Amino acid sequence: MADATTTPAKTLATIPAGLPATAPALPPGMGQPVPRYDARAKVTGSAVYAADVALPDVAYAYLVTSAIAKGRIRSFDLREARALPGVLDILTHDTIGDAIRPVKFFTEGGPASNSVVPLGSPEIAYAGQTIAVVLADSYEVARDAAHRVVVDYAVEPPSATFGSPGAVDQELATQNKRHDDPKVGDFAAAYAAAPVTVDAAYATPAQHHNPIELFATQCSWNGAQLTVHEPSQNVYGIRAGLAAQLGIAPSQIRVLSPFVGGAFGSKGGLTQRTAIVAVAARKLGRPVKLVPTREQGFTVATFRAETKHRVRLGATRDGKLQALSHDGFEVTSRPDPYAVAGTDASTRMYACPNIASNVAIVRADRSTPGFMRAPAETPYFFALESAMDELAVALAMDPVELRRVNDTAREPIKGLPYTSRNLMPCFDRAAEAFGWSKRDARPGSMRDGDWLVGWGCATSAYPTQMAAAAARVSLFPDGTARVETAGHEIGNGLYTVLAQTAAERLGLPVGQVSVLLGDTDLPPAPVAGGSISTASVCSVVAQACDAIRARLAEGGAPPTDVVAALKERGMGSVQEYAEWAPHGAPKGALGLLYQGKAQPTGGAKLQDRIQFAFGAQFVEVRVHALTREIRVPRIVGAFASGRIMNTRTARSQYMGGMIWGIGSALHEETEIDPRAARYVNANLADYLVPVNADVVDVEVIMVPEEDTLVNPLGIKGIGEIGIVGTSAAIANAVYHATGQRLRDLPLRIDTLVTGA
Amino acid sequence: MRPFLYDRAASADGAPAALALPKDAARIQGRLPAEYLAGGTTLLDLMKLDVMQPGRLVDITPLERREGAIAVSDRGLRLGALAKMSAAADHPEIVRSYPVLAQSLTLAASAQLRNMATLGGNVLQRTRCNYFRDTAWTACNKRSPGSGCAAQGGVNRQHAVLGTSADCIATYPGDFAQALMALDASVEIAGATGPRTIPFASLHRPPGSTPDRETTLAPGDLITALLVPAAPWTRRSLYLKIRDRQSYEFALASAAVALDLQDGVVRQARIALGGVATTPWRARDAEASLVGRPVTPETAAEAGRIAFAGAQPRQHNAYKVALGRNTVARALLQAATLEG
Ligand SMILES: Cc1cc2nc3c(=O)[nH]c(=O)nc-3n(C[C@H](O)[C@H](O)[C@H](O)COP(=O)(O)OP(=O)(O)OC[C@H]3O[C@@H](n4cnc5c(N)ncnc54)[C@H](O)[C@@H]3O)c2cc1C
Ligand code: SF4
Repeated sequence: MADATTTPAKTLATIPAGLPATAPALPPGMGQPVPRYDARAKVTGSAVYAADVALPDVAYAYLVTSAIAKGRIRSFDLREARALPGVLDILTHDTIGDAIRPVKFFTEGGPASNSVVPLGSPEIAYAGQTIAVVLADSYEVARDAAHRVVVDYAVEPPSATFGSPGAVDQELATQNKRHDDPKVGDFAAAYAAAPVTVDAAYATPAQHHNPIELFATQCSWNGAQLTVHEPSQNVYGIRAGLAAQLGIAPSQIRVLSPFVGGAFGSKGGLTQRTAIVAVAARKLGRPVKLVPTREQGFTVATFRAETKHRVRLGATRDGKLQALSHDGFEVTSRPDPYAVAGTDASTRMYACPNIASNVAIVRADRSTPGFMRAPAETPYFFALESAMDELAVALAMDPVELRRVNDTAREPIKGLPYTSRNLMPCFDRAAEAFGWSKRDARPGSMRDGDWLVGWGCATSAYPTQMAAAAARVSLFPDGTARVETAGHEIGNGLYTVLAQTAAERLGLPVGQVSVLLGDTDLPPAPVAGGSISTASVCSVVAQACDAIRARLAEGGAPPTDVVAALKERGMGSVQEYAEWAPHGAPKGALGLLYQGKAQPTGGAKLQDRIQFAFGAQFVEVRVHALTREIRVPRIVGAFASGRIMNTRTARSQYMGGMIWGIGSALHEETEIDPRAARYVNANLADYLVPVNADVVDVEVIMVPEEDTLVNPLGIKGIGEIGIVGTSAAIANAVYHATGQRLRDLPLRIDTLVTGA
Repeated sequence: MRPFLYDRAASADGAPAALALPKDAARIQGRLPAEYLAGGTTLLDLMKLDVMQPGRLVDITPLERREGAIAVSDRGLRLGALAKMSAAADHPEIVRSYPVLAQSLTLAASAQLRNMATLGGNVLQRTRCNYFRDTAWTACNKRSPGSGCAAQGGVNRQHAVLGTSADCIATYPGDFAQALMALDASVEIAGATGPRTIPFASLHRPPGSTPDRETTLAPGDLITALLVPAAPWTRRSLYLKIRDRQSYEFALASAAVALDLQDGVVRQARIALGGVATTPWRARDAEASLVGRPVTPETAAEAGRIAFAGAQPRQHNAYKVALGRNTVARALLQAATLEG
């Protein structure tokens, strides 16, 4: 196989061919729909993913995972497994020694997404924990041998989830110093006095990302130098964490991840597998390849934990919120206090003088949860936006008008101004496209033959965050330019929007710009999470391009034709390295960036202002009158997220978010056996996601928005907002169709058909 | 997956090879656990999960030319066991005159699987009970007889409410078998002692105390064809499959129905249920309740109630009783509107 890092550059020539002859005129703030830089490579199969890299003389690893969730390993019987021809070694806690050092969980300043030390002890912390790794000459032999490993466990009864015996409840604020429950005014008094109230409990299930690309890792050593091929949303973070685990310098490690076949948060953290494969490769003295199975992926990587909510709203008869309280409860693991604490956003959406909130975590014998698309907002807005719909019903008020009555230019907790907020323009544009004015508000009133039709809507919002980033841009006399930064292409279109940014800033055709990403030999970029990539990395690339123009200006006016200027000055090439940090970034943000620890800032975390993207989603559902299955023929979403770099890739992001919202509302649930704290449906036949037939008409409206405060380019993140309001909009539509209010996700036949 | 011996059944271009059985068919089961390999979409899947560990596979796909034909006559259909699901699903005469068969296949699995999987393998597909498919669970009477049943007391949303036993509540997952049940099909078998034909309804065994024994086939028995008799009700037939998502999911509840109507009154009704029972399930009492009456929302609902009279729900699958009843009613009402 070709050197993975050079592949994108080779596909470059395809861009101009895909461009329309004359660029279409677009509304202000909308970037050209340049086709994806990596589209051809991906659809023709020439994009090289981590597991595709062919390393010479590679050995294969297969994981043995724990059948029990709590207890310890008394002993292994490895005789039958070792006896298979082709088996090279079997690593267990007995044989690996202390090769892998403990590192801290990320909320405690460490790099780990799960602080259990890989193969660190005989203790079992969760079902599916890696307890041994078989190394063999072929994948088939490794798998066969893994099935022959016999484990003698001392089993203890585990706690599976909320309410399980032995699960421990804690206030989040006592476990995470950075968490502070938002509150203002006197909620209790205002709620007691409010003429109209809603008090409702909601629940969301455990969910797993299941990206199509599995959680592969390949490691090879060349002397003291380690190369890691792993799909990653954070190559500098993986490098730093792995270096700490192995006790070597980060400069001894190179992490490569030029393409990622879906991530959604699951490839952002340092998981146990990387160090295990690195140690295995060092021990064998040859490269090692691990591709965990789909089922193993459910515990090799992280997941979205189940949550519970209690939302109380109190309003005047004309719909003005007087009191709002949101209590969240989240499951996490015994060792790590992971929580998403969506109250940060859910308490700040609407004007309201009296607000209370609380987040509690429940420790169970599970693997540590982690980020999954709009980690905080997806579950917390399901609760908030369902409750808002319940309030609209209680008030006999149109749900869009309820949002309008409570719209605000300042967040209610500290009174900070929004840098921009176009929630109601989103509602109005989407409502018009959807035909909302034709809605008959009475539940069950819009029947079509055997199908009950329901229309519902909800607010979407996502914090506008950014982090420090670095990049190098080079301009060559042949009229080409190269952008280099260790950002991540996870389907977000980063190759494409960076080429566009550089082309625009340098005045070059976009096809003349090549982009290199996903490699720790390049200047660092932050984690591709929190929808921060485009805003952060485009900002630094623009800055480097401006520096090139300034250099060529030689003190005068910047040249319009940079290539001509370059030749005129007789220069071989110009190269500029830039560093950029967003408003509100901590001191030393760039140092942290180089250590793989750049933290996103923004959203509701700033002292002087609040910055969010907003959207509104409208959904039509159909519920069969007899058999009660729910179908979603139509979704319209309108979003205002600052400047849109590329309307083609942006549309895909919004649409993908909404489609996932259908899955999150109706299909996805990781089932947990209550006795064994073990996942039951860890495969793609039983863990349901929407298929094509479930996705009929999805319309995306991009509402123009100018916000020059968030960053000089005016970019807000768009990767996650699309999923945020969908599940509430669907639940609200199901209520409208049936008169049944479903407060637990996924919304299922089970409840509708029994009327429970 | 463990290593196995691989044989190909007498190839299609070879001699007629008496019934095309492998020479040592009779010895297959006794010595080495052995399995026929057709499309492999059930078998290889379970081997990779280490649930099935046959020491030997006999690949029967070389028999496709002989045993994969679909023949239509006045008397009915002969569906070769090695015909692909897609071939039967798309066969114009089946689509026209036996819609319940075509629909049960079209609504099953995915296009890729239907192009791979055979009709014989389809009717023998094994349960999707997740406690059966994950060997980390030690208690599964179907996988290791006498070990218990982890699904009872576990997550059993997808499990059966009809035909269960104290030892197993696993659902028969397929769709096509319900259509065969409804149309009184039979199974042509090439056994070690020669060919025989049995009613399709007697192919699957209820779990009872031996859920590991799923069929009445003897060791080495090869299904060669499925025979569907022509009847007055085959045209007015349909398959209704209810699931969480629109496609590519096993049934939560399904109904294969066929009606013979005269002047709007039922002469004969056929109802078979899927997704709710441990075996392909014929609802004979419900059928009888309709005879001599028109199909109305009331008679259809009553048939649904009768079909689930003996249901035994567990913790998470009680909804299947209500869903199953309504599925039967909806299927009957819909079938009654079809041309006979
Ligand atoms: C993801 C997924 C989704 C699916 N969804 C559905 C669905 O919605 N509905 C549905 O009905 N099915 C569904 N299936 C099941 C699928 O239809 C079956 O796996 C398939 O029909 C089996 O046929 P095969 O030829 O591949 O059988 P194989 O896997 O080759 O064989 C299955 C078993 O039958 C035996 N066998 C095969 N042929 C014969 C014969 N002629 N005589 C004797 N024994 C024989 C084999 O020894 C083996 O034990 C799904 C499967 C998958 C993997
Ligand atoms: S229901 Fe049957 S297949 Fe499932 S665990 Fe119980 S015995 Fe095994």
